[in-house]
Parts: sequence; C-alpha cells; structure tokens
Amino acid sequence: MQIPFTVAPRPDTGVNNAKIGVWLFLASEVMLFGGLFSAYIFLRIGAPEWPGEIGGHMYERASDILNVPLATLNTIILIGSSVTMVMSWASLAMKRFDRYRLYMGATIALGFAFLIVKAFEYGEKFSHGYLPAENNFLAIYFVLTGLHGLHVIGGIIVNMYFMWPGARMWKTDPKRFTNRIEIAGLYWHFVDLVWIFLFPTIYLL
Amino acid sequence: MSEHSVEEIKKHVRVYMLVFGSLAVLTAVTVVVGYLELPFVPALIVALLIATVKAGLVAAYFMHLVSEEQVIRSLVWLSLGLLLVMFLLFSVYYVDQIGLMIFGF
Amino acid sequence: MADHAAVPEGHHGEDVHHTSFWRKYIFSTDHKVIGIQYGITALLFLLFGFSLVMLMRWQLAYPGEPVPLIGWLFTDDTMPGGIMLPEFYNQLGAMHGTIMVFLGIVPLAVGAFGNYIVPLQIGAPDMAFPKLNMASYWAFFVGGVIMLGSFFVPAGAAKAGWTSYAPLSVIESMGQTMWLLGMVFLITSSLLGAVNFLTTIVQLRAEGMTFMRMPFFVWAQFITSFLLLLAFPPLEAAAFLQLSDRLLDTSFFMPSGLVVSGEVVDVAGGGSPLLWQHLFWFLAHPEVYVLVLPAMGIVAEIIANNSRKPLRGYKAMVYSLIFLGFMSFIVWAHHMFITGMGQAMSVFFQTTTMIISIPSVIILTALFLSLWGGSIRFTTPMLFALGFLPMFGIGGLTGLPLGLAPTDIPLHDTYYVIGHFHYVVAPGTILALMAGIYYWFPKMTGRTMNDTLGKIHFWGTIVSMNFIFFPMLIQGMAGVSRRLYDGGEIYAHAQDVIVYNEVMSIASWVLFVFQIPFIVNLLISLKKGKAATDNHWDATTIEWSAAPSPPVGHGNFHDLPQVYRDPYEYSHPDHDEDYWPQNAPPAEASED
Repeated sequence: MQIPFTVAPRPDTGVNNAKIGVWLFLASEVMLFGGLFSAYIFLRIGAPEWPGEIGGHMYERASDILNVPLATLNTIILIGSSVTMVMSWASLAMKRFDRYRLYMGATIALGFAFLIVKAFEYGEKFSHGYLPAENNFLAIYFVLTGLHGLHVIGGIIVNMYFMWPGARMWKTDPKRFTNRIEIAGLYWHFVDLVWIFLFPTIYLL
Repeated sequence: MSEHSVEEIKKHVRVYMLVFGSLAVLTAVTVVVGYLELPFVPALIVALLIATVKAGLVAAYFMHLVSEEQVIRSLVWLSLGLLLVMFLLFSVYYVDQIGLMIFGF
Repeated sequence: MADHAAVPEGHHGEDVHHTSFWRKYIFSTDHKVIGIQYGITALLFLLFGFSLVMLMRWQLAYPGEPVPLIGWLFTDDTMPGGIMLPEFYNQLGAMHGTIMVFLGIVPLAVGAFGNYIVPLQIGAPDMAFPKLNMASYWAFFVGGVIMLGSFFVPAGAAKAGWTSYAPLSVIESMGQTMWLLGMVFLITSSLLGAVNFLTTIVQLRAEGMTFMRMPFFVWAQFITSFLLLLAFPPLEAAAFLQLSDRLLDTSFFMPSGLVVSGEVVDVAGGGSPLLWQHLFWFLAHPEVYVLVLPAMGIVAEIIANNSRKPLRGYKAMVYSLIFLGFMSFIVWAHHMFITGMGQAMSVFFQTTTMIISIPSVIILTALFLSLWGGSIRFTTPMLFALGFLPMFGIGGLTGLPLGLAPTDIPLHDTYYVIGHFHYVVAPGTILALMAGIYYWFPKMTGRTMNDTLGKIHFWGTIVSMNFIFFPMLIQGMAGVSRRLYDGGEIYAHAQDVIVYNEVMSIASWVLFVFQIPFIVNLLISLKKGKAATDNHWDATTIEWSAAPSPPVGHGNFHDLPQVYRDPYEYSHPDHDEDYWPQNAPPAEASED
C-alpha cells in the first residue's frame, strides 16, 4: 500500500502531505505560544508594577534585570541559523550535497551556541537568586524562554538526524530528502519567529 | 518550492542575504530604541512594529509564504486571526473591568 | 468496536509480508486497527467513568450510609467501613468529568469513528501519516494510564473538579500533578490526531470527491479537528503554567495574600485565578463542539440512510458547521459571568452565545426536516439517531438561560448546569455514538448485531437517562448546588426537591443494567452475529458501496474508488434502486 502525495504535490491543492502537516502543526504551535503570550498580557495588565519587586528591590524596567546584550547576541545567532538553514535547503535544490552538509552543520552549531548563551544567562539569574518563584515577571520569563529553549533543543535533534542518519535518503530519494529539509526548515524558522517576538516583549518592554 | 532551476535558486539566495541584512539592522534598531527609555506606549508600538516586520520577513522569504499555495496561506491567516482574537479579548476583558490603568489613563 | 476479530480472517492469506502479532494488532499503523484500539479503550473508560458516578449517586441518595455489596473493596482512606469520605467524593467527581470527556467521548467520537470511517468515506487507502496515528493512540493510552494511576498516589486523584480551577487546584495534593501530566499527554495525542485528520481530508480524497461531495460526517470531523488543533494548545500552555505553579512555586494563578486554613500561603503572589479560567474555557468551549459535532455527523449519516432520502439542506448544514467552528472560539467567557466581568465584555459574550445557537438550530432543524416524507426504517441505529434529536434539543434549549448573564447568575453552579450539559453529552452525544456502533459494526466486523437486544438497549437507555437528568433541571431551579457531598440534605431550600436524589440514583443503576444487553450483544455478535453483506444498509457513501466488509487489511479498497455524485442520492428519480452509490458510474453521459 502506498499513501498518495507523500512526495509529489496533489494537483488541486498544490502541496504534498508533509507540508500541510507541518503547517498545521505550526498553527497549533502559534496557539500554544499565543496562550502563553496571552497569559503574559493578562498578568502584566493586572500587575501594579512591572517587573516589580524582586528580592526587596523595586525594578522599573525589564532591561535592569535581564541581560539585553546577551539576548541581542542570541537574536543574531538565531537569525543567522535561520539563514544557514534556508541555505542548506537551497544547496540541496541546487544538488550540492557537500554545501548542504556545511550549512546544516552551521545551523546545528548555531543552535548549540544559542543554548550555551542561554545557559550563561540562566546561570547568572540563578546566582543572583532570581528564581521563577520570586515574582511573576521572572516566572513568565523562565517559562516562555524555557519552552522556547525546549523547541530549540527539539529542532537541533531533528537537524542532527538529517545531518547524519537521515541524510542517507539523499542517495535513494533526493527529491523527498529535499522536501524533508524544507519541512525541518519551516519548523526551525518558526522557532526563530517566536524568539523575534519574545526578545522585545520580555527583554525590552 | 522544490521545482526550481539552479538559476532561480541563486536568485533566492541573494534575497536570503538581503533579508538577513535587514533582520540584523532591525534587531539593532530595536535594541537602540530600547535604550532610549521611551514612555511605555510609544516603546510598545515601536517594538511590536519592528518585531512584526521582522517576523513577516522570516515568514515571507525563509518560510516561502510569499510564493506558497493558497491552502497554506489560508491556514496561516486563520491561526493569526484566532491569535489576534485571543490577545484582544484577553486584554479587553481587563480593560473593561479596571479601566485603562496600564496606559496611565 | 470489536477486538481482534475485527481484522478480517480472510486477509491473513493476502498478507504477504508476515507481520507479527505485535505489529499487526498492538503497534499497528493501519487506521482501522488504531480506530478499533481507540474504540475499545474509550468504551472501557466510559464504563469506568460511569462506575465512578454510580458510586457518587449512592452517596447522594443515601448520605452517610455504607455502600452495599462492594463497599468493603475500598481502603480506609477512601471509604472506611463502606462510608464514603468527602475527599473521595471529590476525587470521584473530578475524575468522572475528566474521564468521560477526555478519555471516553472524544477518543470514541474522534479517535475511533474518525479514524475508522473518515479514510473509508473519502476513499483513502489510510491516513496521511500512519505512524503519527499510532503515536497519537499511544500518547492517549499513556495519558489514560497516568489518569488511572492518580487514584493510587498519596491522598488520591485530583479533587479540584474536571475544570481544575485555581487556586484550589494549585494547593491540591499530588493527584493534581498527575492530572496535569495526563492532560499534557492527552492534548499531545489530540494534536497529533488533528494534524493527521486534516491532512488526510485535504490531501487524500478520492478522485471526484470534492469538498461539497464529502459525507456530512467527514465535514463534522474536519471542523472538529480544527477545533482540536487550535483550541487545545492554550490549555496545554495553561497546564504548563499550573505545573510550574505546583512544582516551581511560581504564582501565575496565585493571588497575593491568599489564605488557606487560616494561614497566608507562602508564594510571591500577584497571579490571577481568572487567567486559568480564561485559558481553560478557551479550550473547553470549543471542546463542547468537539463532543457534539461528530455525534451530529453520525446522526446525519444514519438519518439519510434510514429515511431513504437526501439530507435536507446539506449545504446549509455544512456552512452552519463552519460558522459554528469559528464562533466557538469567541463565546468562552459565558462560563464566567459570575467572575465580575465588565459590562461590555458581558454583553459581547452574551451576544456571541446567542448567535452561536443559530447554526446548531439550523443543523438540528435540517435533520428533523430530513425525516419529512421519508420512508423511514426503524433499525436499531435509526432509533438511537432519532433519540438524539429531541435529547440534544433539550440540551440546547436548557442552555439558553445559561448563555444570558441575568439568568445564568442564579443558575450558576447548580444542578441545572449539570442537567443541561449532560443532556447535550449523555442522552445526546452518547446516544449518537451508540447509533454509530450499531450502524458501522457490520462494516468493521462483517457481522451484524442483534436487533432485539439493540432495541431493549435503546428503550432502557433513553428512559432511564431522562429519569437521571430531568430531575437535575428541577433541583437546579430550586437552587441546589452541584458540589454538595450530601445531596443538599442540610439546606432548607433543597428539602422539597431532595426526594429526586433517590429517583436519579436508582435510574442511574437501571441505566447500568440496560447496558448489559449492549455489552453481551457486542461480544456475542463478534463471533456469532449474522454475516453482513458489503453494503449492509444499502447506503450510498463509499465506505459501504466500494469497500468490502470488513475492508481490505492494507489499503481498504481493492481499487481506489472514483466518485461521481453527491453523498446522499437516495430515491433518485433517474435511478432504479432507491440508493445510488457515490462510486457507481453514471449510466448516461449526461448525468451529474
């Protein structure tokens, strides 16, 4: 038994199954982060001060607690990884598997770089005793960035799969493999997209 | 998106580089505006505007929405519409109850 | 709804690549096997959830008296000497709701029927992502095990109601953490399922199966999947936040200065209990439609088939369905009128709530009108489908006073609310699901269920269900709260209506007795039922007319069907037989 339209697009919709599937998944992710952002809005509107009191000290601005330069660095890293991701797909579309390896490797490395910077940031907070239980600003900061971080980890795992074991498909079914990289890319860009909103709302406002 | 000639892809790549440049510039602008310590409402508007433009660039070019099929685009609009409804009702709920305190009114 | 016998014996021979027992029945990727796995699990959960409430009904009818016969089975921290403790009553209540909604009805309506029937009705060889389908079932299974396991942790299962309102749920015992973990698995399962259904319906429709030729059941599953896909994630977000409140001591839902048992709770505070309600009902209102739309789909199939005429206003029904789907996202706060919301919001949500009743009325009216002038066959599935119509009608109409703030405020949290939504889901949805079981059993097993037992099951069920739920409406209007462990014994205002407690409880046990013929029927018909033909009900939709009963092991159809016409061409003037299958090639070239 063969499931139709796994590789070739269906004529009347113009897309294949995997692409519809991943976009549906991303739509649900939009609502997942949407729920958390709504919670952020709700808590923030209800709070008399934001970020408010942490460890007996009143803060007026998020940037007084959070490390904006590190977060800016992370923004650039993540945007860069999006570019390398889309380049890895473009390389496959141009039948350049060697370049694909290079760009995919760069994407994975940038993903790890993001996590390392994030770990420094978290460590700095923990060392000051800024824990999620301290106040709601920190709580929403840790939950939102933490969930985003989990998505980055998930993306790295997927990318590593396509970098090594999954790449065997390039020899047997190059077209399907190119599609798969595009799909993985859509997810990775979405993770980037979430960060693009996270960065100003949590760090700068 | 997989039915492209090498020439076309090369054109794509140039666009990707342009997008990367604009994203980097916009990130810098957000951070600089952040350090200006504007009052809340203008800061909010500027930050969200820039974020939306950046997100739009990523979605349109990296995620190929600009040349994507109708099915996918309708789905994206549907989820964005619902998201907007959710944000709107969550904030209006509070504003309706306690007034526009947050904006300093 | 069969066990392994549902997989055709005849196809053992065709299976060239000898799949092992585990691959074939346990970790199968065949949508039919997965559908049946969902079906069996969901039916067992329905039975379990029903047992929980039968225990509760004993306490409500005879407060403080030891439960007879089975009382000794329970431990001392739940029912010492057979007398139920209030904490245990609360566990039963919370878990009854959770199990019935998330582990019983949704998996049966969407997981079982959706999985089994949708690919067959659109002419697809399987779901678009068979492995994802399997993952969806196993995520559901793990979620179910966690929920059941929560009864055995210290201090028992969740006690904060199926809605898990904060801050009560945050200060609850460990069972609540299990509840949240279980929900995360169940939500993940639903999301995987929804992605799969939507992709399948959009991508794998057979040639000629345009959207407007899809059977109404497929449309119902399509909209349901959208609701699952887009409404469930906010609850997943809320579950993460509550988990963090419980495990990391954050205060997303914990207000400042909360006092519990005379002491201020030691949290940072500043959170909002209302935030939980918003996120919860943002899911849970669409969830109501998740419960009822597949039921409407099943009923539409059966009514068209058994009245031997096309559905009246198929297009209007489809458009109503789509509109219903959209609207269900902006009515949620009608569950929260007593939270002190502002005037403008209250008016907004009352208006949208009144508007959303219009499409449901259109669908129900279209179903009623479809009976008009039909030559009705009173088969067992048809009886259940006909039973659905007035029962769902009562459920819907009793909802109107709850959708308007002035009448909702006195009725809120009374038995009226319980009566209302049980009319929607119990005599409503569950009757429709039963109808579906009787209707599609021949397709799934190649055998038919016994008609006499089916009719006993139907009459017993519908009568006893009304004796359970109608007195609730009366009690509720007298002001009896839904949360009373003694059924309202100590309240003066409840005295006039307290007598109904016994009536309802006895009716609930009678209802159980009338499920026995169904269980017997199901099990015996699997092996001994009369053999069914491929198109047992002379139906037009292609799961009957193009696929053998039961369908081919892998791929469903011998050849993928081609579709030529609308789904319900019964008694067509240009055709000799009273049904004209969707896949029958037209005789004249001019047709359709």
